[in-house]
Amino acid sequence: MAEKLLAGVAVKVNAEGYFEDPMQWTKEMAIEMAADYNISLTDKHFSVLEFLRNKQLAGEQLTIRRVGNSGITDIKEFYQLFPGGPLKISSKLAGIPKPSSCV
Amino acid sequence: MQNGDYPLKKVCIICAKGTIEDVYAALIMANGAVMEGLEAKLFFTFFGLDAITKSQMDKLRTSTVGNPALRMPGGLPFPTILGLLPGVEAGVSTMMKSQMDKLDIPPVKEFLEMIVAGGGEIFACKLAADMFKLKKEDLTEEVIDIITVGRFYEMAGGQGTQIIFV
Repeated sequence: MAEKLLAGVAVKVNAEGYFEDPMQWTKEMAIEMAADYNISLTDKHFSVLEFLRNKQLAGEQLTIRRVGNSGITDIKEFYQLFPGGPLKISSKLAGIPKPSSCV
Repeated sequence: MQNGDYPLKKVCIICAKGTIEDVYAALIMANGAVMEGLEAKLFFTFFGLDAITKSQMDKLRTSTVGNPALRMPGGLPFPTILGLLPGVEAGVSTMMKSQMDKLDIPPVKEFLEMIVAGGGEIFACKLAADMFKLKKEDLTEEVIDIITVGRFYEMAGGQGTQIIFV
């Protein structure tokens, strides 16, 4: 298990940079991680991150379709918010494990 | 040599069959590609055209005849002779679709919309469309164009491109 310094805190992450403990997450950490992807987070981004965190906490499988049906954003916009792999990137920024779904 | 040395950048997927399992294999591969940030082009030909034909796309079926991997809900082999009975193929197909729905796998039309929303592109094969007498207006609006095989190969250029035939 590796540690990564985010917003001044040593966060436990796995080899791919996903949080080991979602409870360590803060918004400041998300902003710092998003800079690696050249994304500056807006309220819309944070609404998506919070949606993902809530669903993950509830033990639900996360899929692109579910985000599209969330009422927060549609699938097209989801791709624009997190270009280059929306579900993977947003999950990483949300401090939750890498999504294990194929859809 | 590591996987990361020559990363995959684009997949061109050909779907030539019209059963639920073949069409969904192609759709899942294409959607998975755009989810990973890859470029994806999906090309439908022969019976695969059913998946993008407005009048057929919601009525895809799986074959209950000559399908040795098909089993009854309890796991016993599915007798081929049962598959011949009227309504059985439709029933099995409905069951398969409901199983997929539970896994959040959408109907064909919605799946195509998802792929397009992610930047994927959908095409139809000209020769097969001519053979089945299908015109652009018979096809769902996610289809960009009806193209020749030559045009398809042109699109498949570039380093890190793979062609997948379903």
